[in-house]
Amino acid sequence: MDGLAHQLVAGIATGGIYAAVALALVMIYQATHHVNFAQGEMATFSTYIALTLIQAGLPYWVAFLATLVISFVLGVVIERVLLRPVHDAPVLTHVGIFIGLLLVFSNLSGWMFDYTVKAFPSPFEAGGPMLGGLVSGHELGSTAVTLAVLLLVFLFFRYTSLGLAMRAAAYNPVSARLVGIRVGWMLALGWGLAAAIGAVAGIMIAPVVFLEPNMMLGILLYAFAGALLGGIDNPGGAVLGGFAVGVIENLGGAYLVGTELKLTLALVIIIAVLLIKPSGLFGRVVVSRV
Amino acid sequence: MPVATAPARAESRPLVPLAILGLALLALAPTFLVEGYRLFQLTLAVIYAVAILGLNIVTGYNGQISLGHGAFYAVGAYATAIMMASFGMPYWATLPIAALICAGLGYAIGFPALRLGGLYLALTTFALAVAVPQILKYHAFEEWTGGVQGVFIAKPDAPFGLPLNADQWLYLFTTVIAVAIFLLSWNLLRSRIGRAMMAIRDQPIAAEAMGMDIARLKTRTFAVSAMITGIAGALSAIAVEFVSPDSFSVMLSITLFVGMVVGGIASILGAVFGGLFVVFVPNLAEEISKAAPGVIYGVILILFLFILPTGFAGFLRRLAGPLLRRWRDGATTNQDGR
Repeated sequence: MDGLAHQLVAGIATGGIYAAVALALVMIYQATHHVNFAQGEMATFSTYIALTLIQAGLPYWVAFLATLVISFVLGVVIERVLLRPVHDAPVLTHVGIFIGLLLVFSNLSGWMFDYTVKAFPSPFEAGGPMLGGLVSGHELGSTAVTLAVLLLVFLFFRYTSLGLAMRAAAYNPVSARLVGIRVGWMLALGWGLAAAIGAVAGIMIAPVVFLEPNMMLGILLYAFAGALLGGIDNPGGAVLGGFAVGVIENLGGAYLVGTELKLTLALVIIIAVLLIKPSGLFGRVVVSRV
Repeated sequence: MPVATAPARAESRPLVPLAILGLALLALAPTFLVEGYRLFQLTLAVIYAVAILGLNIVTGYNGQISLGHGAFYAVGAYATAIMMASFGMPYWATLPIAALICAGLGYAIGFPALRLGGLYLALTTFALAVAVPQILKYHAFEEWTGGVQGVFIAKPDAPFGLPLNADQWLYLFTTVIAVAIFLLSWNLLRSRIGRAMMAIRDQPIAAEAMGMDIARLKTRTFAVSAMITGIAGALSAIAVEFVSPDSFSVMLSITLFVGMVVGGIASILGAVFGGLFVVFVPNLAEEISKAAPGVIYGVILILFLFILPTGFAGFLRRLAGPLLRRWRDGATTNQDGR
């Protein structure tokens, strides 16, 4: 029973990471109807930046915040420079650019910071096992941080006028433009926010899985599964989906398929959602008028 | 089904098979002109060209974005390797069986994702590509797949006492099969079915209104495409004499995708350029740095999408001007991934 409880808690902890990446994916999806395949590699790159800053002697949380700012700027620049010009291009062009970004970032990480697997510090390690050994300090801390970030994002979109403007730009770009919202810049901000959220996920997962250029590839897959499970056009649903996938992954890995097929489990979840309930648990059913 | 048959196209037809015949002769020449490792690289380029053609049929001509064609390549390679190593079958006899297996798999994978827009297919196939090495390593299949170690097979010698060494025979064998596949694909894409594929890519609603069964055509296109890429994989197993899970990572699928974009989306000739590109450009780039091929790949991919969205083939077509354009089918210049 202890084992099951521990798997559940560990699942929620990794689920928080998936939820964050899923949220980043959904934010860009809502605004542009594209899925950023490079989201994971961008997060890995941000994590390397964080490690470099920490090694340069900055205190952990200063490096953390600085990384978020750098990632945000990077996201905005990518949207402005690479995606703005092809805004109306076919899906294939977008997918191609995302794949190009994926290649550039994953290999830049390897090139600039070399391919060896690196340990990443955690600010929560000092706590040791808590709640009767049920949860490690880092699991608790990283869950708290991801939850805090998710809450901040929610509050930002719900209660600030900038958040409202961004939502308006995503839901109805034409009307938003007519009331004076700069839709293009809202998209760029969305990209920046998504990159920053991805960076949080990368920094929080790195102490667990260790830092290497392909660190986020598997995580991106789980985030896809989470986003689809919750509904790819529903941020709240995607977050819940991310947590659910984390729990499913941990329980499935422990009792069902073993660690060898964990990635395949993500593939199975994706296919199962597409077959059974394509709109996800909380998504809107899209009816297109012909 | 009278879907816009331009009269100019019918007149100029005899020229095209002639051009293809010339290209085929050009393709066979290196058997005797190139030696050793260079010839092996050319063999690989031919194999990649076939794989990229497979991807191009589904993504370029039918508008279904697949980021996981490396999976079919892997299955084809493993099917051939296992049949040769475990069942002692001759290498040529494994090809049709590998092709059938991949066609079936393509049908099965394409089916669920077809219910939704192209993005979901891209997602599913991407997930498939990421999961492939793990599935190949799975211990339950170890008896056949050899687990992490993979499977070794022997390189075939030239049959009938032909005065060719193993490398030359391999190149000849691969190229003849590749030429056959290219000709068959050319025929398929110029046929009623090929026009229907492109109609579905460009105007799905109009196509459906004209009585085309979109779901059936899309799944079958996916199956054909998976089959062609699977044959390429099977050929690669014979050429490399070895299969292992880590040679079929997600990078393979991405490589095929890059080759398709750079060579030319929705262009048969583009697949040839793509094959040459993915074999020879990384070799050049590797001399700069270990990571450079990846970065250069990514940058080239983005540059092509911005500057030459029709790829190298489209660039050539534009250079060759109106004369060439008249006898080349106008439909292939139309690339729209929707």
